[in-house]
Amino acid sequence: MSSLSLAVRDSATMLRRNLLHARRYPSLTLNLLLTPVMLLLLFVYIFGDVMSAGIGDGGADRSEYLAYLVPGILLLTIGGTTIGSAVSVSMDMTEGIIARFRTMAIHRGSVLIGHVVGSVLQCVMSVVLVGAVAVAIGFRATDATAAEWVLAVGLLTLVSLALTWIAVGMGLSSPNAEAASNNAMPLMVLPLLSSAFVPVDAMPGWFQPVAEYQPFTPAIETLRGLLLGSEIGHNGWLAVVWCLGLAALGYFWSKSLYDRDPK
Amino acid sequence: MPSSVMPTSNSGDGRPSPTAVSTVGLRKSYGDRTVLDGIDLRIPAGSVFALLGPNGAGKTTVVKILSTLITADGGQAQVAGHDVAADPQSVRAAIGVTGQFSAVDGLITGEENMLLMADLHHLSKSEGRRVTAELLEQFDLTDAAGKPAQSYSGGMKRRLDIAMTLVGNPRIIFLDEPTTGLDPRSRHNMWQIIRELVADGVTVFLTTQYLEEADELADRIAVLNDGRIAAEGTAEELKRQIPGGHVRLRFTDPSAYRSAAAELGEVTRDDEALALQIPSDGSQRALRAVLDRLDSAAIEADELTVHTPDLDDVFFALTGGTGVPDQPKETVR
Repeated sequence: MSSLSLAVRDSATMLRRNLLHARRYPSLTLNLLLTPVMLLLLFVYIFGDVMSAGIGDGGADRSEYLAYLVPGILLLTIGGTTIGSAVSVSMDMTEGIIARFRTMAIHRGSVLIGHVVGSVLQCVMSVVLVGAVAVAIGFRATDATAAEWVLAVGLLTLVSLALTWIAVGMGLSSPNAEAASNNAMPLMVLPLLSSAFVPVDAMPGWFQPVAEYQPFTPAIETLRGLLLGSEIGHNGWLAVVWCLGLAALGYFWSKSLYDRDPK
Repeated sequence: MPSSVMPTSNSGDGRPSPTAVSTVGLRKSYGDRTVLDGIDLRIPAGSVFALLGPNGAGKTTVVKILSTLITADGGQAQVAGHDVAADPQSVRAAIGVTGQFSAVDGLITGEENMLLMADLHHLSKSEGRRVTAELLEQFDLTDAAGKPAQSYSGGMKRRLDIAMTLVGNPRIIFLDEPTTGLDPRSRHNMWQIIRELVADGVTVFLTTQYLEEADELADRIAVLNDGRIAAEGTAEELKRQIPGGHVRLRFTDPSAYRSAAAELGEVTRDDEALALQIPSDGSQRALRAVLDRLDSAAIEADELTVHTPDLDDVFFALTGGTGVPDQPKETVR
């Protein structure tokens, strides 16, 4: 068997194993969905009237704020879901079965690839579920063209891939599940500090660079542009560069951690 | 299962080699702590080899290196004719490993664990199902096949673990303390399983803390102590080196204890416990001799126990440790 088909076959086997885990123990994934849904409802129904005053030129109503908020919430959903990936990778590494995999003549990277593909699928599924909640409470992106939809889905997938590789590295470098959950917290905190809830120029001046120079803001602005027709500008390629950079960083980091001798 | 398998060396002259596992000067340390300090082994194909040693002796480290889980710091190791450092993937294709800690996926069922192994060995769907059903049956796990592996008892987990190891028909199997923590019945079942493997021509490399177990199963035994091989040979050869058999007499009356010590002469005294150890092979004649001398001096011991050589004795004998009856003596046979 060629090494590529070996890689594909073994990774598919590992993916099946991870999906089996996710299907049998869905509570972790579902719990992680609660945060974005709660934030969505909280900011629209409780803070919505105040928040909407801060966007556009004022005088915007709650439904306009909902439209502003949803792209950020979708990316926050991805961040949250990948925390789950960090936790499940770190839990998995403490299992004896990983030692068994290491002594079998299988594709070396298949264990990690199985986790990554499984996690990206879970991210996409979570985005669909949270997106469905958003649509149910009145979010509409009917002006977007088919091409823009395709690009939006592509962007969400790319962000999922990038954050997942980072999360896998965090999971591998953590000694246990609690540590993994703590170490992966930035994946959920960064979107809170981005343009997800309020525009960057409405933030205090000293804080604006924090919100500006991080991966979530350009990704959120790009998604807004694709779904709602706002200005994308340089955010498009910034988002792509961030994602490719994070994915490569996470990949090489994870690989070197996995290739170390286990304790 | 193939009836008899002899790994052949692919390297060099291509002459078939009857050696399943060999190491030369294997070394490993963690920081300042030297775990393995030059291990030389040669294990013929089709035999059972036991690595005997106490906790922390380095047994697991040897298994981890030979099974390609970790890399050695120095020395060479060949498994199934392949160098573990240069060609780990070929080694992996020839071996099966059951580690000390359960290597099953607890979140999925026993049957799913087996099918997972079948997929990773690239068996076809039908072949995978057949092998799974066969092994589950053989290891008495058919009834529990649909339950999550984390709900299994220790013995069941160990059986599933070995069944998973056997899916790919490995020619060389490493078993790291396969019976530690098992009840006596499960232990005997495990011994039976190992004997059946050997009957099929598989080479078995096992580690154990129990002399009895090595004695029961192994063709050759190496005693690992402090990162070195302290002794190697058949069970008989090793036992000949062990002077640890003794009779232990315990007293409650200090004066009886003292007079017994004086009467018996060549003894090891334990003044706190009021106990004496008399070197003995444990035979009826040797026991009678001890009792006759006590009787003639009208001394009565409160407790008499006969100790046959055990792992402690092997170690004390081989390492010249303290707290044992004297130094090794010629064993009278």
